[in-house]
Amino acid sequence: MLLIACPWCGPRDETEFRCGGEAHIARPKDPDALDDAAWADYLFMRRNPKGRHRERWVHAAGCRRWFNVERDTVSHVITAVYPMGKPPPGEGG
Amino acid sequence: MTWPRLWRDPEPKPAYDAVIVGGGGHGLATAYYLAKEHGITNVAVLEKGWLGGGNTARNTTVIRSNYLWDESAAIYEFSLKLWEGLSRDLNFNVMLSQRGVLNLAHNLHDRREAIRRVHANRLNGIDAEWLDPTAVRAFCPILNIDAGARYPVLGATLQRRGGVARHDAVAWGYARAADARGVDLIQNCAVTGLRRNGGRIAGVETSRGFIKAGKVGIVAAGHNSVLAAMAGIRLPIESHPLQALVSEPIKPVLDCVVMSNAVHVYVSQSDKGELVMGAGIDGFNSYAQRGSFPVIEAQMGAVIALFPIFSRLRMMRSWGGIVDVCPDASPIIGKLPVDGLYLNGGWGTGGFKATPGSGFVFAHTIANDAPHPLAAPFSLERFTTGALIDEHGAAAVAH
Ligand SMILES: Cc1cc2nc3c(=O)[nH]c(=O)nc-3n(C[C@H](O)[C@H](O)[C@H](O)COP(=O)(O)OP(=O)(O)OC[C@H]3O[C@@H](n4cnc5c(N)ncnc54)[C@H](O)[C@@H]3O)c2cc1C
Ligand SMILES: [Zn+2]
Repeated sequence: MLLIACPWCGPRDETEFRCGGEAHIARPKDPDALDDAAWADYLFMRRNPKGRHRERWVHAAGCRRWFNVERDTVSHVITAVYPMGKPPPGEGG
Repeated sequence: MTWPRLWRDPEPKPAYDAVIVGGGGHGLATAYYLAKEHGITNVAVLEKGWLGGGNTARNTTVIRSNYLWDESAAIYEFSLKLWEGLSRDLNFNVMLSQRGVLNLAHNLHDRREAIRRVHANRLNGIDAEWLDPTAVRAFCPILNIDAGARYPVLGATLQRRGGVARHDAVAWGYARAADARGVDLIQNCAVTGLRRNGGRIAGVETSRGFIKAGKVGIVAAGHNSVLAAMAGIRLPIESHPLQALVSEPIKPVLDCVVMSNAVHVYVSQSDKGELVMGAGIDGFNSYAQRGSFPVIEAQMGAVIALFPIFSRLRMMRSWGGIVDVCPDASPIIGKLPVDGLYLNGGWGTGGFKATPGSGFVFAHTIANDAPHPLAAPFSLERFTTGALIDEHGAAAVAH
C-alpha cells in the first residue's frame, strides 16, 4: 500500500486517495481549432511510462484537494509531491 | 523419466519475414496461425523472459463471449468457437471446461443492464440466459441469496458455454504447434528498439543483437506502450496492476464461475481444489507486477458476503500481472502508422478468453497488411473517429 503525503493533511494511506492519472495534460485553449487527430491525442493518448510518472491524486476521503505526485511506476517510490499548476520539480516554466 | 522438449531452442537468425514481439498466448497464437493459415513460416517470436510467463501465467482463465456490442460479440464468440476445437487442433489438452459463467445482478440497474445484455447476446447468436434468484440458487447452491444478504442477488446472467481453461497449456500448445511448423521461439530476448527505414519497419534491436524483419507485430500486453514509444507512437493505453489469489485446496464445492461486477469479485474452483479469485485493477499506473493489499481486502470482503461458506478458508498465494487498459475496455488490433508495424494489445483485464481469436485475426492482419473483418472495428483510428466500443459494462470486473 502506498503512503501518500497530502500537502495539507500529511502522510495518509492510499485508500484515502484516488489517482487521477497523468498530470500536465493542458486542455487546448481553442478546441474548435483542433483537427480530430489533435483532439484524440489530447483526450486519449497517454505517455504510460515505465519509470518516472507525474500524476494527479485527490485526497478523496480527506481534504478533497488535488495535487501532483511524481512516482516511479516500477518501484512505486514517490519522489515528489507538488501543487497543481506548478511545473514538475527540476523543470522550469 | 525425463520429459521431452516440446519445442526447439534456436539461436535467432539474422532476418525473418515476420517478427512477433511477446511470447504470451496471443503472440504464440499469432505465430501459429501465420504458419498454419497463411503459410508464413519464416517467423520468430521474441520473448524477453520465458514463454507464457506474463499475464498468460497469471490470469484466472475465465472464458466467455457474452459482450454487449456487435463488434465485441463477433470477435469473442469467434474465439470461443476456436476454443471449442482447440485441444484437437493443437493435439494438446488445453483443459477447456465449459462449466457455465454466472454474472450476478445486485440492484435494479444491474438487473436491467444484465437482461439487456442477454437479449443483445441472443440477437448475436450467443447462448445467454437470465436466471431469477431461485434458478440462481439451483445452479449455484452455496451462493447466499437470502433476502437479508449484504449483497442481495436479484438474478444472474448465465452463459453455459463459458468456463475456464488451463492457462499454461494454451501457451505450450500453441508454442509446440508453431515450432512444429518452423517458427523460431526465442526466449530471453528482449526487444529494445524498433529500427525504421523511412516510413517502413526494418527490424528490431534486441538484447541478442539486431534482427531484420519484413514485418513486426507487437503483442506485449502490459508493455505495449513501451514498445510503441520505440517507434514514436502514442497509444491510448495505460498499464495497471491486476491481482489474483488462490485459497488452500478443498473438496469440490463450486462447479461454475461466479462473477459480480457491482461488488467486484469473481471466483471459480480449480481442478486442484483451490478457489481462484480475482477483482479489479489497482487505480494507479504500474509496471511492477504487484498491487496494493486494500484491493485484496475489498474482494475478500465481497466474496465472504456472497459465499459465507468460504469464511474460514486460508489464502495461499497472491500475485499481480500488468494489464494494458484502453479507455473503452476494448482491444486495439491493427496497423500502426509505420509500414509493416502492427499492434495487438489493449486487452486489459480480459484477453485470455480471446487468445485463439486474437491470434487468428492478427495473423490475417499481418499476412494481408489489412485488418481481418473481425479486427477492423478495433483499429487505433477509432480513437480519432470516435467510434469507440464501450464494453465497460460487460468487462467491468476484471476477467
Ligand atoms: C490477475 C489477472 C487475471 C486475469 N484474468 C483473466 C480472465 O479470467 N479471463 C481473461 O480472459 N483474461 C484475464 N486476464 C487478462 C489476460 O491475462 C490478458 O489479457 C492476456 O493474457 C494478454 O495477452 P498475452 O497472453 O499475450 O499476454 P502476456 O502473457 O503478458 O504476454 C506478453 C509477453 O510480452 C513479453 N514482452 C514484453 N515486453 C517485451 C519486450 N520488450 N521484448 C520481448 N518480449 C516482451 C512479456 O514478457 C510477456 O511474456 C487476467 C490478467 C491478470 C493479470
Ligand atoms: Zn488532504
